[in-house]
Amino acid sequence: MRKKLLSTAAIAASAALVLSACSPSSTEEGGESGGSETAAGGETVRIGIKFDQPGLGFREGNSDPTGFDVDVAKYVAGELGYTEDQIEWVQTPSANRENALEGGEVDMIFATYSITDERAQRVGFAGPYFVAGQDLLVRADDSEITGPEDLEGKNLCSVTGSTSAQKIKDEFASGVNLVEQGGYAECVTYLESGQVDAVTTDDIILAGLAATPENSGKFTVVGNPFTVERYGVGIPKGDEQCQAINDAITKMKDEGAWEKALTANTEGTGYTPDDELNSGPEAEMESCEA
Amino acid sequence: MNGFLELFADYDIFGAFWMNIRLTLLAAVGSFVLGTVLAIFRISPVGSLRGIGTAYVNTIRNTPLTIIMVLGVLAVWGQLKIEFFQDFDLNFFTYAVIALSLYHASFVCEAIRSGVNTVPLGQAEAARAIGLSFLPAARLVVLPQALRGAVTPLGNTLIALTKNTTVAAAASVAEASGLMKSMIEFNPDLMIYIFLTIAIGFCIIVIPMGILTTWLSDKLAVAR
Repeated sequence: MRKKLLSTAAIAASAALVLSACSPSSTEEGGESGGSETAAGGETVRIGIKFDQPGLGFREGNSDPTGFDVDVAKYVAGELGYTEDQIEWVQTPSANRENALEGGEVDMIFATYSITDERAQRVGFAGPYFVAGQDLLVRADDSEITGPEDLEGKNLCSVTGSTSAQKIKDEFASGVNLVEQGGYAECVTYLESGQVDAVTTDDIILAGLAATPENSGKFTVVGNPFTVERYGVGIPKGDEQCQAINDAITKMKDEGAWEKALTANTEGTGYTPDDELNSGPEAEMESCEA
Repeated sequence: MNGFLELFADYDIFGAFWMNIRLTLLAAVGSFVLGTVLAIFRISPVGSLRGIGTAYVNTIRNTPLTIIMVLGVLAVWGQLKIEFFQDFDLNFFTYAVIALSLYHASFVCEAIRSGVNTVPLGQAEAARAIGLSFLPAARLVVLPQALRGAVTPLGNTLIALTKNTTVAAAASVAEASGLMKSMIEFNPDLMIYIFLTIAIGFCIIVIPMGILTTWLSDKLAVAR
């Protein structure tokens, strides 16, 4: 009996180890010395980003994360009174974003998080800080494909669990061949080897992929977005910082820091965000009531 | 309850599970055929065949299925550009069936070999004594008894195969786990219903297999 108990305990302990190995990293405990003159005192702010999306949210090992999401997050956190070393970066993959906010694992999320009604039932949104649109990434020497209609009879890659590729098949080119992979990195290797003719998702994600050093110069973003994806800042429902975040984003845009961050993160791809989307009604801030 | 209705209205859940079932059926046939051949290799009197069988089982059984699946699509399709069919859906389905068959064949082989061990040595000796050479002896005397003894481990392999079909999402096959990802992406408000739908769906497919296995192993057991 005793032996059985012991082994049960051992199993439980190893399960706990495995589980903790899977939980989002919380390696950066910095910020204790952040100084009390800041509005937030010595508190840290936990910001959820993606770690695997070059150009938006990307982090290798324990190095400083880079990308447009990260730059906006730093600016907004700065406006809220946090210094940069008070920011604790947490990885929030797509499927985990609502749970992370509800469970209090993060204070806000900047992770290519489109504002939708379904999501708004569980979390709150500030922003949007960027308006993206679904677009196509093609080989740099390919001038045939200028929009989703040109994909008839071509091969297209996207990731499992997004409907971007299906949307093209349903609405633009019924004769397109779809391949869905676990990540965009796989799609890019197929695009390079010629097995697919285009990769589809939001334009800024594609630009980020094309801007990585190893892909530099090989691919171009078509620049003909055909959906509207409003990237919001995910916050817990009813969070009172919502208005402050909106003000920070507006200030960032007015100051020109927004444009600068965008250019820096998509350098060398010839990508420019759709002006119409980013200054039109789609870029209006979410109301912070309710 | 409304959550379930909404999910079933918005997503082709039956279609996705049907894909898992088709993958299971075809890969079960594929892995059974290959596994039986491997088992014959491993019990054969020819040293080099035994070596091949052992090498295959040890290599494939110890390689994660995801690696085999991803290698097939990323390397064989993506770089070597080997295509079975022009139609992408059919092509990737074929890749997934092959990967599942190759992987589970090693387990089928070991299940059958464990069945062979339940056949008393005297059976093989008697078969040889009446003049049957190795293959007829294996086919007519040893394997029929071995398969009856191997029903339980074969059933376990089939159950594992059924659940492993979810790995086919890595090969761009639209099955239940891929659909689950889409549902979570677009309906996080229904998270709990999504999990229950997928979990219950697999239970409905797998539990009868377990019952059938138990029933068959009782019914087919060789009384000695």
